[in-house]
Amino acid sequence: MSKEKQSGKEKQDISRRQFLSYSIMGVGGFMAAATVMPMLRMAIDPVLKAEASGDFIATNVKVDEITTEPQRVDFNFEQKDGWYESTVTQTAWVYKDENGEIVALSPICKHLGCTVSWNSSDNYPDKFYCPCHKGVYDKDGTNVPGTPPRGPLDRYQYQINDGVLYLSRRASEVGGE
Amino acid sequence: MLNKVYDWIDERLDITPLWRDLADHEVPEHVNPAHHFSAFVYCFGGLTFFVVVIQVLSGMFLTMYYVPDIVNAWESVYYLQNEVAFGQIVRGMHHWGASIVIVMMFLHTLRVFFQGAYKKPRELNWIVGVLIFMVMLALGLTGYLLPWDMKALFATKVTLDIAQSTPLIGDMLKTLIAGDQHIIGAETLTRFFAIHVFFLPAALLLLIGLHFIMIRKQGISGPL
Repeated sequence: MSKEKQSGKEKQDISRRQFLSYSIMGVGGFMAAATVMPMLRMAIDPVLKAEASGDFIATNVKVDEITTEPQRVDFNFEQKDGWYESTVTQTAWVYKDENGEIVALSPICKHLGCTVSWNSSDNYPDKFYCPCHKGVYDKDGTNVPGTPPRGPLDRYQYQINDGVLYLSRRASEVGGE
Repeated sequence: MLNKVYDWIDERLDITPLWRDLADHEVPEHVNPAHHFSAFVYCFGGLTFFVVVIQVLSGMFLTMYYVPDIVNAWESVYYLQNEVAFGQIVRGMHHWGASIVIVMMFLHTLRVFFQGAYKKPRELNWIVGVLIFMVMLALGLTGYLLPWDMKALFATKVTLDIAQSTPLIGDMLKTLIAGDQHIIGAETLTRFFAIHVFFLPAALLLLIGLHFIMIRKQGISGPL
């Protein structure tokens, strides 16, 4: 029976009704996708947008002025937040380590984002100290175990042009990215 | 007069059965506080809904003055709070209602949990209820940023840090919620506003609709 016989009869594999319902599903699916896709793409745009170029910002600090004692360095840059442009001030704690390498640490506490400062607590001399929850970091930014922070302070990248210190806009995680 | 209007409409649209399905049904004795005072525990779900209605209404009126823009958001809230007649009252309703709705919802959840009312055949309604719980928490979270004061900003900072600590997708998730990789600013505020005012309320109404349809289908769980 049958295989030949059926093909001989040119049996229709698909009924008219099925064909129509598939067509409607296809067209409907296409229309739904064409409606929803632009909206979703719009919503996730910030995730896919390429990050603004990581150019370096000139500070007002000359490299010769940097000592082994961390000093606070503020620097400004123009920030574009969507349609809103503003001048943002970033802060770094800058010093030269024992090898003469420049280190620029972010003052944002790795516990809950308060602001740490160098040598500001009598109880923790020569440490970075966060007044919010008593987080403590060593000079190289390593968090002191037993205090709240879960990691070392972020670091800015730096460049030296004409003896002037340039820093990256954002500090990045040590060991990360 | 009103009867005539009702009859006129009913004659054309036959709305009486609709009305009967919606509202005209007996409250079983074991859930009626007039019979057993302890039955007040059955009120928490209804109270949650009552406060939700207040939240929706007061929120709608607040948007007559509020602007989700980082330059003007705080000013617009300050204005509606201090210059607009009854603005303080309406914002107060929205502010306190936001907390009360969480409390009522929590008490309702406790009642359902300790009475075992979530058991077969009501599992699906429990699941929908948990989804409502999450939507409500998200509403509270997104609404918190909108006044754009220091408290709002730093609470959101902490929220985004928590989102960012998600394994693998943390950074993407944070950017998706905040609208920018580093900045909590213009795009964050508009996103939170849109989510708070359009997306979540739509989801909430849908889920509450399901919640109520299931209650009508299954009835209130029997006495303990």
